[in-house]
Amino acid sequence: MRLTDFFKKKGTGSIAKDRLKLVLVSDRAGCSPEVMEQIKNDIIAVISKYIEIDLEGLDIKITQTESELHNGPVPALFANIPIKDMKASKK
Amino acid sequence: MGEVIVVTSGKGGVGKTTTTANVGTGLAMLDKKVVLIDTDIGLRNLDVVLGLENRIVYNLVDVIEGNCRIRNALIKDKRYPNLYLLPAAQTRDKNAVSPEQMKKLADELRDEFDYILMDCPAGIEQGFRNAIAGADKALVVTTPEVSAVRDADRIIGLLEANEIHETYLIVNRLRMDMVKRGDMMSSDDVTEVLAIDLIGIVPDDENIVISTNQGEPLVGSDSLAGRAYMNIARRLIGEEVPFLNLNERNSFFSKLFGRRK
Repeated sequence: MRLTDFFKKKGTGSIAKDRLKLVLVSDRAGCSPEVMEQIKNDIIAVISKYIEIDLEGLDIKITQTESELHNGPVPALFANIPIKDMKASKK
Repeated sequence: MGEVIVVTSGKGGVGKTTTTANVGTGLAMLDKKVVLIDTDIGLRNLDVVLGLENRIVYNLVDVIEGNCRIRNALIKDKRYPNLYLLPAAQTRDKNAVSPEQMKKLADELRDEFDYILMDCPAGIEQGFRNAIAGADKALVVTTPEVSAVRDADRIIGLLEANEIHETYLIVNRLRMDMVKRGDMMSSDDVTEVLAIDLIGIVPDDENIVISTNQGEPLVGSDSLAGRAYMNIARRLIGEEVPFLNLNERNSFFSKLFGRRK
């Protein structure tokens, strides 16, 4: 079986739609991968002053969320930052 | 007071000029007085699509620069007494005109016309800013392809940023056979991704090529695309028109059962 046959099974139309949804989230936020990387590094730097975080499990990205005020989805900064240890509580 | 509508897309080659010609002619057939303005300075095309290329004397830049009166530059379409064209200049570039001048021109035309349709150039630079400057509404044309939809999304954002809040989507060149077998996004898919109101679905139709070859708009003819364009014109004047049945709603079932054959 060729790779193209594999894609055909799913229907390339839905692949197109899924890819578009992903690319539009970052397009709409006006946020390049470089800027995302900077945001991520800054967040790590700030939080690390107080908390020891798990850099492996860290996940920061722009997603979409339904807004309660507007009618429609709005971009949101999603951050999942697992904590290894609370530095402050030790003192 | 006339309404100024910009036909735009971001990406080139998705059917802005064809849409402008056909929707504009459709509005004229519905007894509205219509002027089509080709704002693609340097790459004039609306005149050939309409079959009026041999009648150009003055153009948009002549009007802006005061070389002639507006009425001298307007070309009256003899086939449709309510239809006029203001052609673009072919030997100048986009910077010959400013957004403020375009807005002023559009406002001057409101008194005499019911609809002023701006055929926007591709891209998001000066030509785009000129075309949208005086617009109340926008028709965003896209095809069901990732590149065109992505650019349409960018355009929708820019229209919003420029205080044009009434934007309507036209999904052009839809291939029902491909949608049915799941290899093309449906108009519902595109509408969901772009999240604006859908005003037209135009099927891919070879009659468009044939009519453009002859400089005759297809709108009003019995072809699928011709009917789709007339429906868009009707919706613009406020009529409730159901979308043509292009069978794409059956795509899920035809995918399920079609494979067994």
